[in-house]
Amino acid sequence: MTYAAPGAPPAVSAELPVAGENPVAALRRLAGRIGTLCWVELRKIRHDRTELYTRAIQPALWLLIYGEVFTRIHAIPTPKGVSYLAYLSPGILAQSALFIAIFYGIQIIWERDAGVLTKLMVTPTPRSALITGKAFAAGVRSLIQGVVVVIIAAILGVSLTGNPLKLIAAAIVLVMGSAFFACLSMSIAGIALARDRLMGIGQAITMPLFFSSSALYPTKVMPGWLQAVSKVNPLTYEVEALRGLLIGTATTLWLDVVVLAGATIASITCASLLLPRLANR
Amino acid sequence: MSVGAAEMAPREIVTHAVDCADLTYRFGTHTAVDNVNLSIEPGEMFGLLGPNGAGKTTTIRMLTTLLKPATGTVAVLGIDAVAHPMLVRRVIGYVPQMLSADANLTGVENVELFARLFDVPRKARKQQVADALDAMGLTEAATRLAGTYSGGMIRRLELAQALINAPRLLVLDEPTVGLDPIARGVVWEYIGRLRDEHHMTVLMTTHYMDEADAYCDRVSLMHRGTIRATGRPADLRAGLGEGATLDDVFRHYTGDTLDKAPEEGGIRDVRRARRTARRLG
Repeated sequence: MTYAAPGAPPAVSAELPVAGENPVAALRRLAGRIGTLCWVELRKIRHDRTELYTRAIQPALWLLIYGEVFTRIHAIPTPKGVSYLAYLSPGILAQSALFIAIFYGIQIIWERDAGVLTKLMVTPTPRSALITGKAFAAGVRSLIQGVVVVIIAAILGVSLTGNPLKLIAAAIVLVMGSAFFACLSMSIAGIALARDRLMGIGQAITMPLFFSSSALYPTKVMPGWLQAVSKVNPLTYEVEALRGLLIGTATTLWLDVVVLAGATIASITCASLLLPRLANR
Repeated sequence: MSVGAAEMAPREIVTHAVDCADLTYRFGTHTAVDNVNLSIEPGEMFGLLGPNGAGKTTTIRMLTTLLKPATGTVAVLGIDAVAHPMLVRRVIGYVPQMLSADANLTGVENVELFARLFDVPRKARKQQVADALDAMGLTEAATRLAGTYSGGMIRRLELAQALINAPRLLVLDEPTVGLDPIARGVVWEYIGRLRDEHHMTVLMTTHYMDEADAYCDRVSLMHRGTIRATGRPADLRAGLGEGATLDDVFRHYTGDTLDKAPEEGGIRDVRRARRTARRLG
């Protein structure tokens, strides 16, 4: 039998795992946990694809209606040779990832209410690995949703880059952005503690995040105060990086990536510290 | 069982499965667990009894490394839960009060998730997952989504999840709450079999006196954060005279009845019980 040899005495001193761990083992475990939580996410998407379809409706409307109309009226200045629809597409891609990621705070409260969270926390998984795993799971879901958005954009005639390296880089940026917003949402969950409260907060922050970024229009058309807000909004950096990679607009890619990575690490730390507060409620 | 274990080796060499010394926990000004001393022998089926708000779940949470005690120590198999939480998590299997299997995953996936979180090697994983499901009589339902399971089946699935790690200590928080009488009997049968076949120590909380009487080797009666009496159910009953029930014993030691709702500390538990009821209903 796999659990214990039949007739084994209830001795408890033997077979105990060894204390202390080297950094390599800790990193391997972190990678393992991230892989596991991404695997769970993929299984869930496989069992139920409805969300994949329903979540495609909003970006489709943004591109199809808003995008087409604003392309026609030429109200928003775009870089030379870039149609507004093409300019808008990476913004909508980032938006759809944002909406998915913000949902993770609600999900983790649901898991707390259902007892799933405490059970996960009683496995040999450090809090930070649990949060990082969930952050990447959000990234995986966003990535799959992102493919749908890219296909819709392509159908509407937006020509995105075919360079595989740039596509991979864009995927990494999208995952990082989703990880950041998922952890932001899980941090807020750790403060708000109740699902209905978080739903209100989630709705109150997603739209301001979206409108104060460069997703819909370049920051230079914004009033001064909004430009200042957009400068500290990680969504702006995500959108700029995606735009640079997918449609070739000018951006300081290294700065975008550094800001996103820094924000992601900070939010993972914050969410990990707040996790026990959420779990023990 | 406890007597046998004590006879096998000198007292000081035998490690207790659980050892709590002067354990205390406070929520703000409310002392939820007050100077609790508890020793559980390896192989014992031990029940922590008391009404909602008695401090059972808080005690379990300190034991499972979810909460850090305000004062006092708690050790599992001789391992200090505060100093080495990761080691303690590797040797315990935990089933929380709420039905906590993931409804959006199949039975196999639910167990595989925990196999991965407990670092079961990839090669052994499939077999061990199948064995754990088989041990709980879930082989036929294994590939169905857990959302289609009955309450009793979900409890057995949770036991299978807790077993994947070959735990030395199985911690069950209200294992039969919300189940119908038949499902309860089945769950108890499986728990008893686990203890007999794998010599696990089982620690459970319950407020069903009849179940504690029938299945526990020893029980502790807990009331308002303190332990009022500890012993074999039969001895405790005999101490009160002919025909006494465990309910009478409880009343004798606490001056209170179990069905009387406690004035303080009860709201959280009631809320939890409601969540469980909602998930079941």
